[in-house]
Amino acid sequence: MQATVQEFPPYREGEAHAHEAHGHHEQPFFTKYIFSTDHKVIGLQYGFVSLCFMLFGLFLMLMMRWQIAHPGVPVPLFGPLLEKVLGQPAAGGAISADLYNSFGAMHGTIMVFLGVVPLAFAAFGNYVVPLMIGAPDMAFPRINMASFHAFFLGGLVMLVSFFIPGGAAQAGWTSYSPLATTIPTDGQAFWLVGMVLLITSSLLGAVNFIATIIQLRAPGMTWMRLPFFVWAQFVTAFLLLLAFPPLEAAGFMQLMDNVAGTSFFLPTGLAIGGHMANVSGGGSPLLWQHLFWFLGHPEVYVLILPAMGIVCEVIANNTRKPIWGYKSLVYSTLVIGLLSFIVWAHHMYMTGMGQKIATFFQATTMIISIPSVIILTCLFLSLWGASIRFNTPMMFALGFLPMFGIGGLTGLPLGLAATDLYLHDTYYIIAHFHYVVAPGTIFALFAGIYFWFPKITGRKLNEFWGRVHFWCSFIFMNVVFLPMFTQGAKGMLRRMSNGGANYSAAQVHNAIDTLPGSVMEMNTWILWGAVALGLAQIPFIINLFWSIKHGEPVESDNPWGATTLDWQTPTPPPHGNFATEPHVVRGPYEYNAPGHEGSFLPQSDPAVTPTPHAH
Amino acid sequence: MDIPYTVQVRPDTGLYNAKVGIWLFLASEMMLFGGLFSAYILLRVGTPPGEWPHGWLDVRFGAFNTMLLALSAITTLLAWVACKVGDFRKFKFFHACTLILALSFLCVKMYEYHDKWIHYEIELKDGRIADGHLVSRTSDEVVIEGRYVTDKKDLYDLRAQKNLPHDEIRIAPSDIVKMQNYGPWHNTFTAIYFTLTGLHALHILGGCCVIGYLWGPGSKMWKTDHERFTNRVEVSGLFWHFVDLVWIFLFPVLYLT
Repeated sequence: MQATVQEFPPYREGEAHAHEAHGHHEQPFFTKYIFSTDHKVIGLQYGFVSLCFMLFGLFLMLMMRWQIAHPGVPVPLFGPLLEKVLGQPAAGGAISADLYNSFGAMHGTIMVFLGVVPLAFAAFGNYVVPLMIGAPDMAFPRINMASFHAFFLGGLVMLVSFFIPGGAAQAGWTSYSPLATTIPTDGQAFWLVGMVLLITSSLLGAVNFIATIIQLRAPGMTWMRLPFFVWAQFVTAFLLLLAFPPLEAAGFMQLMDNVAGTSFFLPTGLAIGGHMANVSGGGSPLLWQHLFWFLGHPEVYVLILPAMGIVCEVIANNTRKPIWGYKSLVYSTLVIGLLSFIVWAHHMYMTGMGQKIATFFQATTMIISIPSVIILTCLFLSLWGASIRFNTPMMFALGFLPMFGIGGLTGLPLGLAATDLYLHDTYYIIAHFHYVVAPGTIFALFAGIYFWFPKITGRKLNEFWGRVHFWCSFIFMNVVFLPMFTQGAKGMLRRMSNGGANYSAAQVHNAIDTLPGSVMEMNTWILWGAVALGLAQIPFIINLFWSIKHGEPVESDNPWGATTLDWQTPTPPPHGNFATEPHVVRGPYEYNAPGHEGSFLPQSDPAVTPTPHAH
Repeated sequence: MDIPYTVQVRPDTGLYNAKVGIWLFLASEMMLFGGLFSAYILLRVGTPPGEWPHGWLDVRFGAFNTMLLALSAITTLLAWVACKVGDFRKFKFFHACTLILALSFLCVKMYEYHDKWIHYEIELKDGRIADGHLVSRTSDEVVIEGRYVTDKKDLYDLRAQKNLPHDEIRIAPSDIVKMQNYGPWHNTFTAIYFTLTGLHALHILGGCCVIGYLWGPGSKMWKTDHERFTNRVEVSGLFWHFVDLVWIFLFPVLYLT
């Protein structure tokens, strides 16, 4: 029976260590904030930088929405700035088609690879996972630091690419070849180098997370006692570890195509601008798509699984009862992780890869929806019969459920080849995946920020402005994305810099199936919805900074009355995290357990700590 | 603050942290090279019949390099054993052998690259193709050592063509339509050849840096924390074996088929 209670090496030895742990030494700025190996500081670095990138991604989106609603009209307020910074592509303060393509490609890249993934996986994972499993830090603190530096450098390369001649990458965030190689800008090479750095960063992060979760769980923290958030991060880390490298391989090959003149993805007989391209040919454009989507689809689950983990923690905490179907959640997550590797080609029905292959991928796509629905159902059922605490984190978590539901269910017609042929590359698909990621994942991330802010700073975020932030975001998210379903169903294609004007009934007379005026008008609603959505983030930004110093201070280390180990630490957790080594004695969600006083039982209850020789 | 299980193994997993880390890293590496190998398959399958090159690489060099890496795998293992039994001089000796073998591998590889770099295919105005190694190139004439072919197809499969002529061919620049060396841009075979072996060579170089560090300045840890040092040697050895294994696949795929 020795195996269940392990000897845990002491990580606080002597007075010298204790001093260091409480941060009494004032470290210089560089070692404290730039070259820190503390998982919490790295988590905050990731969090701050990725939030900045998300704000920038939002800005790019606003510029694009203006251009879609008012093609060729100079952008108000920001037009002169764009012209000054970017020059000719923004001549007269208006967005040219090339610049629109750049913004589109970079909006996607930044939101996915520099915004949501670093925030959901790296920031929350870094800060919370070691706390939740009772570890003093990550397994490899210096590799953790290197991971952040690679990420930062990758982001920098992406940003710099806006200012090179020709501008940033223009071939969409998917960078399909041969388009990505034939557009005359070096932005694509920058994009590829940036991606290789980001992939390196996520590789280092993923190795670290998995090793930490396997090796550094506190005594008594068995696999089935892990909070669901940790499970979600564990599976996410495996997805990043195994799905990203094929894209890295593809990235190397496209870089060779762009820089060394190879023809990995360039077919024989490729003509550019009416002339035969000076390449050897023989390559395969489909190969790029396969390798890209081999990452691309697991990436969707990288975006959504940590969000589900956060929502699960917040819901369990605010329903004050055990989460419904903990084991179903865990096994569903594992099944999603496995299946996500064999659904990628449902992004490629339009390529003509063949009916048989399409049938296989349709089947796997339908199967993977089952565990996703199980997870969502468990979360919904957890609400049943609870006396719910409606605080800001809980509102965002509750907002996540129907929004992700809409996003998920509207994905089904895209998973079936017959309907996808029509809907492919229309605004319908934009609406679909934004419902999953924007009001879905990003709401969950907001929930996480409002939820863990008191642990990080010792103060709560302002509740009133939190609610304003939630309701405005909730309403305007829907104003932005709901009309896109209609636009897409009516046949409006994505990636058009004039918002489909050239297919509108107003411009093309006597043609069947043009875009009616009512559909074109939606572009204007969406624009103002997007502007309002942007403004709705201002209370959040102010709240975030103001509350660090002036928020309502928490009375205890565990202001939400939570059970998991992250709340059993001092506030904020010192270097090394725990005052005494935690001994875990029960599962993660023991709220209002029958036969016990108090509304919750922490995972490590010092009163019930077993002696090492108890077994 | 110390991280648990950096040196000792965790009882229920039976592993120390770095060993978990390196296996995860190798899993990721497998997917990286897996992506490139599947690209190789797709490109080769998609080539029109008879146009995939055979026999472009010298099997003797490939076989020699395979032997070098196989030997280095053995010396890496012996270096780790020397750590385990506490024989510092043997450790130094065997890892010095590993380093020499690895650097010899890179030298041979560089020679092979250079051989492809100076190998030119020159399309002439009369429809013939001159194919051979560049001797000199001035504004008046291009001199290569090689042969003329009339059909490009003769250049693809060299396995059956023994004793190719190596005549000195002088060509006036005005007769040349297109002159291109056998670099990555030549066709998809050279592209995947340079990419795969180049990435592999980068891994060899990375391995050399790590093993070189452990052999040189890093070996101070032998005295201060012997167990941890042994773990480092083991972990870097695991990486080295992986890099060798990749070559075991590269050799038949590129040289023998």
